[in-house]
Amino acid sequence: MSNTKHHIVDSADSNGIWKILEEIADPEVPVLSIMDLGIVRDVKTNNDEVEITITPTYSGCPAMDVIRMNIRMVLLQLGYKKINIATALSPAWTTDWMSDTGKEKLKAFGIAPPTTKQQVCHTELFHVGEAIECPRCNSYNTRLISQFASTACKALYVCEDCKEPFDYFKCH
Amino acid sequence: MNQLINYTLHLADNSLILGHRNSEWTGRGPVLEQDIAISNIALDLIGQARNFYQYAARLINDSTSQPATEDSLAYLRDANEFKNCLLVEQTNGDWAKTVLRQFFFSAYQYLLYQQLQNSRDEMLAAIAEKSLKEVTYHLRWSSEWVIRLGDGTEESHVRMLKAVDELWVHTDEIFESVSYELTVAREGFGFDVSLLKNDWQKKVKDVFDEATIPFPADIKPGVRWFGKEGKHSEHLGYILAEMQFLQRAYPNSEW
Repeated sequence: MSNTKHHIVDSADSNGIWKILEEIADPEVPVLSIMDLGIVRDVKTNNDEVEITITPTYSGCPAMDVIRMNIRMVLLQLGYKKINIATALSPAWTTDWMSDTGKEKLKAFGIAPPTTKQQVCHTELFHVGEAIECPRCNSYNTRLISQFASTACKALYVCEDCKEPFDYFKCH
Repeated sequence: MNQLINYTLHLADNSLILGHRNSEWTGRGPVLEQDIAISNIALDLIGQARNFYQYAARLINDSTSQPATEDSLAYLRDANEFKNCLLVEQTNGDWAKTVLRQFFFSAYQYLLYQQLQNSRDEMLAAIAEKSLKEVTYHLRWSSEWVIRLGDGTEESHVRMLKAVDELWVHTDEIFESVSYELTVAREGFGFDVSLLKNDWQKKVKDVFDEATIPFPADIKPGVRWFGKEGKHSEHLGYILAEMQFLQRAYPNSEW
């Protein structure tokens, strides 16, 4: 096994790694990278050691285990031997950390992105939140079907104009 | 330290067992959207349980020579070692019973995690902070269902009353602190749940009023079982038989 590493010089390592992490996709919503999602909190390197701190989106999100594995695979390919992927629960992840490019990519993919004005779920019953724009026809004449959808991070809506159902990446 | 481990396991077991119960609905929900909703809630609860189990395993490994992992804690402990309250192990019954059980539990978790966020124990505080956002969704969803059925048709109203009748008796236990809860509360790691009872009852009363369900009478004191102390109803054994079978029959198997 050669000692040469494929990646750039040590001093710039963590910068290089931040770039590489932009290539790792969220397995559930593959148009988003884990950087778009805003789940990478920290990168530390020291020769062939690297520690990456990520924060889970939802406690039970099965994508997190896959993401940890994918990060490990990429770093192994780059020659890192000691890889530690730490989890930080606090401060809790929020959709506020999602990048603007991430939001654009979501919309292009057919998923309504989280609203710019951060709305968090509260306990007020039968509350009707800010209208969500249909990602297909841009109408605001849309209706919530369920706060829970195909993955933990999404809610289910229907557009009353184009009649298409759509996923909304809900504020969290 | 032991009491902190017991407390962490208690929080983990509550979430795991209710998560498992809810997952029994997957593929059998009354309509697709609600099948997905209850499965999502199951997933959140099992995720929260994993966070608590991982932390409990770390505490155990730091203080004893008996190694533990999140999996050994979930799959290899017997019923009398589980510290969940009796409410969460009750059978699903019909949709009314399931959503009412979720409402009672989410209202409790919501109040508890608000306090636990300020725990002197950084890990418990972080798990509570993280979970609280999810629990808020669960509380809202389950409250709305209790109202929808309670104030719905004659049939749904009767079913909701029956669910109250079956579950109310198991709510008292939640708010009677057992020894490990009192110890961790004194040390600032946990919270004395008896202090949450009034707020919980107020929440239940508000939702019941809107659901046109009469607020139940106080439970008469009598012989009490404490799931939190490992004394369970027969239901838990059946849950564990299903949940743990594979690991016990084929140790360390993975897929």
